[in-house]
Amino acid sequence: MCRGCGHDAISASVMRAYFENSIDPRKVVKLSGIGCSSKTPAYFLSQSFGFNAVHGRMSAVATGANLANHSLMPIGVSGDGDTSAIGLGNFCHMMRRNVNITYIIENNGVYGLTKGQFSATADVGSVMKGGKVNDIPAIDLAELAITLDATYVARSFSGDRKQLAPLVQGALAHKGSAILDVISPCVTFNNHEGSTKSLKYAKAHLDPIHDIDFIPPYENIEADYDEGTDHEVKLHDGSRIILHKLSKSYDPTNKAQAISAIHGAIAEGKFLTGLIYYNPNRKDFAEELNLCDTPLSELTQDDLQPSVEQLDEINANFMK
Amino acid sequence: MDTPTINDLNICVATENGSGSASSNNILFKAIFKMGIPCSSKNMFPSNIQGLPTWYQIRASAEGYLSRKDVIDVMVMFNDATAAKDIYRVRDGGLILYDDSTPLPAHLRRDGVQYLGVPANKLVTKLVPASPLRAKQRNMIYVGALAYLFGIDMEIIKAVLEDTFGKKPAVIESNLACIDAGYQHMKEKSYTQNIARLEVIPNGNKGKIITEGNTAAALGAIYGGASVICWYPITPSSSLAEAMEYYLPRLRKPKDGKKAYAIVQAEDEIASASMIVGAGWAGARSMTSTSGPGLSLMNESLGLAYYAEIPCVFFIIQRGGPSTGLPTRTQQADISLMYGASHGDTRHVILIPHDTNSCFDFARRSFDFADRFQTPVFVAMDLDLGMNLWLSEPLKLQREPFDLGKRLAAEQLEEWTKAGKKFRRYFDQDGDGIPYRTVPGNQHRMASYFARGSGHDVDAKYSEDEHDYKAILDRLRKKFETARKFVPKPIVEKEKSVKTGIICYGSSYEPVREARDRLKTRGLRTNHMLIRALPLTSEVRDFLAEHDTIYLVEQNRDAQMAAIIKDEHPDLGAKIVSVLIYNGLPATPLEVVNQIFAAAQSTERKTAQM
Repeated sequence: MCRGCGHDAISASVMRAYFENSIDPRKVVKLSGIGCSSKTPAYFLSQSFGFNAVHGRMSAVATGANLANHSLMPIGVSGDGDTSAIGLGNFCHMMRRNVNITYIIENNGVYGLTKGQFSATADVGSVMKGGKVNDIPAIDLAELAITLDATYVARSFSGDRKQLAPLVQGALAHKGSAILDVISPCVTFNNHEGSTKSLKYAKAHLDPIHDIDFIPPYENIEADYDEGTDHEVKLHDGSRIILHKLSKSYDPTNKAQAISAIHGAIAEGKFLTGLIYYNPNRKDFAEELNLCDTPLSELTQDDLQPSVEQLDEINANFMK
Repeated sequence: MDTPTINDLNICVATENGSGSASSNNILFKAIFKMGIPCSSKNMFPSNIQGLPTWYQIRASAEGYLSRKDVIDVMVMFNDATAAKDIYRVRDGGLILYDDSTPLPAHLRRDGVQYLGVPANKLVTKLVPASPLRAKQRNMIYVGALAYLFGIDMEIIKAVLEDTFGKKPAVIESNLACIDAGYQHMKEKSYTQNIARLEVIPNGNKGKIITEGNTAAALGAIYGGASVICWYPITPSSSLAEAMEYYLPRLRKPKDGKKAYAIVQAEDEIASASMIVGAGWAGARSMTSTSGPGLSLMNESLGLAYYAEIPCVFFIIQRGGPSTGLPTRTQQADISLMYGASHGDTRHVILIPHDTNSCFDFARRSFDFADRFQTPVFVAMDLDLGMNLWLSEPLKLQREPFDLGKRLAAEQLEEWTKAGKKFRRYFDQDGDGIPYRTVPGNQHRMASYFARGSGHDVDAKYSEDEHDYKAILDRLRKKFETARKFVPKPIVEKEKSVKTGIICYGSSYEPVREARDRLKTRGLRTNHMLIRALPLTSEVRDFLAEHDTIYLVEQNRDAQMAAIIKDEHPDLGAKIVSVLIYNGLPATPLEVVNQIFAAAQSTERKTAQM
């Protein structure tokens, strides 16, 4: 990574989240596509299996890996090019299926590894290093994720570890597609005056909905919780997220409110951050398919191969 | 007048797609099967649900030939749209059966054939109340007419109806009424023909089965332990995945009270290929099925699986290309694409079944090959083999343990550790080019590695080092050479004194088998080699060396298999004369015979001129 890259800050938050949640790295699989962001899984959890796949296909590769062994905890790290352009179709369908994954988009609005082309998340009016102005509307990945009913959708900023780390912790504890759209300034190609994803611009336009506390299941501590204004989210493994109200009360399980909040922030030229949407009521893909508890990858010939007698029966049917 | 043949008859039924003829043709075909007569059927259907013309050939062959016959004895002319051409498809002395509810227009008359009418529209109007069903049941009338003309007993028809519609007596009854009406009409008119008679052969098809290659391959995959199946609908491969959807819940016992398989209809072929790569990496036996256009989309994933060394299986049911081409017609034109799929230097293992039994067997074994060689494996089929009904011996299961290859469990890693051995993912420890692998979920502290499609070293670390890069490419080549010794060997039929050889593969086998018999009666004896896999095994070279002339029959324009053979054996490749059939229809023996004689004569002419 370049010195000062937002991606490194995200990796630091990710590592901290795994540590805080006491997750055994051997239960984790790390997946990524192609791009600067996709290189980062090589830099954390060295005891975990990793798979750096091809451009745009991480969501589909992760889907297959999840089917093969749903007892593993996949984390996917991708970028805005990998997710919102070449891989958009697969990304959408992964969320539609609610594949169990923590999916982090390190979003800098630019193709870094190929030296500075606009990505599909670049805002209208944002200026490229050479002066070219983007005039095509951005794809808002958080809004898209909510529309397709990904079950945990958050946006944050690479530099805001206080917010990002608990959001990653919550994503890890969640069972289903947890999408984190993290603004992560590219210090080399998109950090200049006129860019809407520069460090300076992002910091000045953050619009947090709430302050966040993550409480893992093993901690019985009473959270600092204001009845009436704060919101508690219970996650699948028993952990909790406490959302402390900032300006207005916000219920992340309200889909319509979530989408209109995103639109409202865009209209004001701001990045809405926090846990924007949460749906506790959907089964994840492996549950939806009613997969056996034993991972498919561990089934034996006895489990998988039907008997000779069954084949005899089929043959008998083919004689009719 | 000729005397009628016994049990040798080729019927072509011309109808409109979606008119219910699939059902009537199936009944006719099964009735001939039930009589014990060797028979085959070829469905030549359009890429359409309703309205376009479709032809279905049913062949009875006393000698047991199953290929599409080139000469049509009987034309069932039930499609006005194609009638003007259909009357010329039937041979001189043949028979045209038509619907004489209205008089036959003069332009549909020709000399040299017998015309017999059956008032199908009138009969069905009388028998079936006005409903969408009526149009469909009209086709049952010709089943009855043909049954009378050629001697199929109504009791056999009844038995087939019961097999087909089992628990629906009302359906059986109404179909039977229509078939019987056709039968009785021909009887009342005392119509006869002198082409053929179908006679029951006692126990003729005893123990034989009828199935499609796609069904057989689906069953083979289930018996081979496929547990993650990701696919995207595309003709002619969809029925393979759909057969798995049908059979998996019936055959595979639940585990923990739940499903011991995942079958996913993906959003596209890019996704289905990516998913099976992910599943193969994570240790499941994974597969997809597709056809040419899907294979094109899967190319990037195939390169990834090849380079990161991930087992997964691709069933390719070939159809007419390029581009959308002829989606419902057959071809063997994706051999080159499979063999070198994806960018960069790649070579892939391809299993090539030629009948439904080998579809089952190769499908099962493909997972062993994928695990053994840690690479994508193709099972190359085509529409003719995959979607047509084939008469064969019952599917047989070879009971042998799954070969998971060099997959290390945590316990083995612990033994390695104790012995001071290190797990290195891409290291050629055994000298056969095949490294050891672990799969996610393995809890041993040495187990994890980072798979990637980018340059890597023997320890799976990112590397752009020129030596690391070349070493991996060379080892992959070595691994491929090891695979060469393991893939199914060709089937060779030869006599020492014969110096003319024929090579073919896949569904070309049946027309070649018949063509060889015809060549023999015309004085040309041939030896034969059926190629069943790529890479080519040493037997191919032997066969090339042992013969003066080799005809290589394949169903594509560019002689794709010939190119592979010539590339690998340039010193012997000049002996190959390609016989190429690529009109989208299943190859016929006549085409093979004609091309071989034409080639032989042109060689003779050339020799004479010298």
